Amino acid sequence: MPLYHTEDQAMLADTVTGFMADEGAIKQQLRHFRDMNCQDGFGHALWKQFAEMGLTGMLAAEADGGLAMGHVEAGIVLREIGRNLTPSPFLTTSVMGVTALGGASDDLRGRWLPGVLAGDSVLAMAIDEGPKHRPERIACKAEKAGNGFRLQGRKAFVVQGASADAIIVAARTSGSDSDVDGITLFAVPKDAAGVSHENLRLVDSAMASNVTFDNVELDGDCVIGEVDGGRALLNKVINAGRIGAAAELTGVGQGAFDITTAYLKTRKQFGQLIGEFQALQHRAAHLYSELEIAEAAVIKAQQLLDGGSERADLMVSVAKAKAAKACNLSVREGVQMHGGVGMTDEFDIGLYMKRDRSLAEFMGDQYYHAERVAQLSGY
Amino acid sequence: MSDLDAFRAEIRAWLEENCPAEMREPVSDDGDICWGGRNFQFKNEAQKTWMDRCAAKGYTVPDWPKPYGGAGMSPAEAKIWREECGRINARLPLSSFGIWMLGPALLKFGTEEQKVHYLNQIARGEIRWCQGYSEPGSGSDLVSLQTFGEDKGDHWVVNGQKIWTSYADKADWIFCLVRTDKTNKYQGISFLLFDMMTPGVTTKPIKLISGNSPFCETFFDNVVVPKTQIVGELNRGWDVAKYLLGHEREMISGAGGGDRLNAIGAVVARNGLEDPILRAELAQFDVDALAYACMGEKFLDEAKVGRGHPAQPNMIKYVGTELNKRRHELLMAAGGATALEWDSERTNGGSPSRSWLRTKANSIEGGTSEVMLNVVAKRILELPGA
Repeated sequence: MPLYHTEDQAMLADTVTGFMADEGAIKQQLRHFRDMNCQDGFGHALWKQFAEMGLTGMLAAEADGGLAMGHVEAGIVLREIGRNLTPSPFLTTSVMGVTALGGASDDLRGRWLPGVLAGDSVLAMAIDEGPKHRPERIACKAEKAGNGFRLQGRKAFVVQGASADAIIVAARTSGSDSDVDGITLFAVPKDAAGVSHENLRLVDSAMASNVTFDNVELDGDCVIGEVDGGRALLNKVINAGRIGAAAELTGVGQGAFDITTAYLKTRKQFGQLIGEFQALQHRAAHLYSELEIAEAAVIKAQQLLDGGSERADLMVSVAKAKAAKACNLSVREGVQMHGGVGMTDEFDIGLYMKRDRSLAEFMGDQYYHAERVAQLSGY
Repeated sequence: MSDLDAFRAEIRAWLEENCPAEMREPVSDDGDICWGGRNFQFKNEAQKTWMDRCAAKGYTVPDWPKPYGGAGMSPAEAKIWREECGRINARLPLSSFGIWMLGPALLKFGTEEQKVHYLNQIARGEIRWCQGYSEPGSGSDLVSLQTFGEDKGDHWVVNGQKIWTSYADKADWIFCLVRTDKTNKYQGISFLLFDMMTPGVTTKPIKLISGNSPFCETFFDNVVVPKTQIVGELNRGWDVAKYLLGHEREMISGAGGGDRLNAIGAVVARNGLEDPILRAELAQFDVDALAYACMGEKFLDEAKVGRGHPAQPNMIKYVGTELNKRRHELLMAAGGATALEWDSERTNGGSPSRSWLRTKANSIEGGTSEVMLNVVAKRILELPGA
């Protein structure tokens, strides 16, 4: 398969690019909801528009009313979300959440998917348990109790957790913290007794929750997939999150790059455009190269994931690490090349820097993924 | 089964049958590379067999049209060919500047007669080409070149000197930039082809820091070149040269495949990897190398269908060569004192250190990294005054 978009994908990209530039722009979305101190961290009206365009159910099966698309298509949407820094539940709900529900029973899908597809509800992912992404170790416990389970433990960095209609929780139902097996996924309803949130605003204005589950009683029908056998599905969900975050990072990096090169073409010092200085030209050209490489790695990993390739795990980590490196370079160079105004809240470039930091951490930073590349390569 | 699946099966079966076992081993030094040409010494029978079998099917240049010695493969088929060769680690049957550089220029600018004549020779590995571009006073500022061809009616008489002519001492023919109008800098250069056996052509190898001499000085003393041996129009050789440079940059970048794209951590770790900081650097390198391999694949896919920015090879060249230098710095570090050995048998005559030194030329030859960045800034980013 060639490493560029098919005609259908290119059409989708055209539509989404225009739509997001109009409706998802920084002023209308990110700044608007930040400045009103919105506790959800995103706008429900735009989420509804996503649904009307069919985007909320892109990855859902056709039988469930979805579009049965893949990670290449989801990545097209995420790149534009990234370029516009649009606060959106798309990655956690429509990419990770829908992937998780793909392993759920008909009943459970029937309970949660219609709301997601309609743009009425959102899902949150409760996987990490500390400040760093370490999904190999899961301590949050769910013990059998009657016909169901009793959930006990804490989850961290649950993006939009406090406003989600359901939280998808990876919990341990057997074995010890670092075991591969013994993991079960649960869909925990918002109003379950014993769920409490420490709802936090992050540096990029996103809302994330540290969630405590204090003897939360769950019906057996909250289980997604098999009891104790959830690791494979969890890996699938995590891979979806990683490649999605990588795609979003390429959008953030590109957005920062575009406004920076535009600035180089308008800002004058010493009687000339600063873009005429070779010192800046070479740095901009280097940055361009890094962004292009990251984009290539991301589409490769998306295609491998969609094709079910055995190399997908490796390339997803390559893509996440490379996208994080390139995007980080883009926002750092962006602020520096803007000079003093790059430090002001009025200019958007600083918002890109904040978003990059948050996305880089989500589902494993470049160090985590470089380590994983080494391990998967056998050293 | 789709047509492409059938094609893949056909290629796989052909490779299984025809690629000798020795040609599936990794390339360990330059002697393992088949360059072809009138005077080429094949390292073994398998090398010759492999080249000849591929040439007979057009597989040395799979995507060239059949009348010119190729197999006429579509972009999708050529990709399958590369993938299937990669699957069994088949070596390139034939490496040559004719395939990578002159061929694409002839396909675009050559007359029908030139294409049939020269391209078939290239595809069959009969003629080995070298490139006469740089001169002692014209490096990055190539267009200032002085080698002059005086018009003598039905031929030119060429005088001057070229430098850094790769393998000039081994090449059969040269494609050469020659000034044919001293009054016009850009539109005063012509792209000429001539035999290195022509009276008046001499070469002198240049000893490099690697101890090897892949490059030569090449001198022209009243060399007679018939007027049929020009590619493109008179005085418009710069257009051909620029087009060809794009392909040269792509070649040096390693984007077309080969071990330059590979991750190295696992290979290094076979001999033990005790230093955690070095391991971390290797992992970071592998991330960059594996991502770059995707860029190479994407670049080729786009090039085949005319997508992608025409100046993109400059970016590819910049990244690929800088990555290759970094790769060899890490290999030297991992090799320790053993990698310092200059002529021992166990290092195959100092292969690690000589290769490491050789890579330093990657970001100089074919346009320096700094020139590449200038071109990207000007043509892709359209920055002012660049």
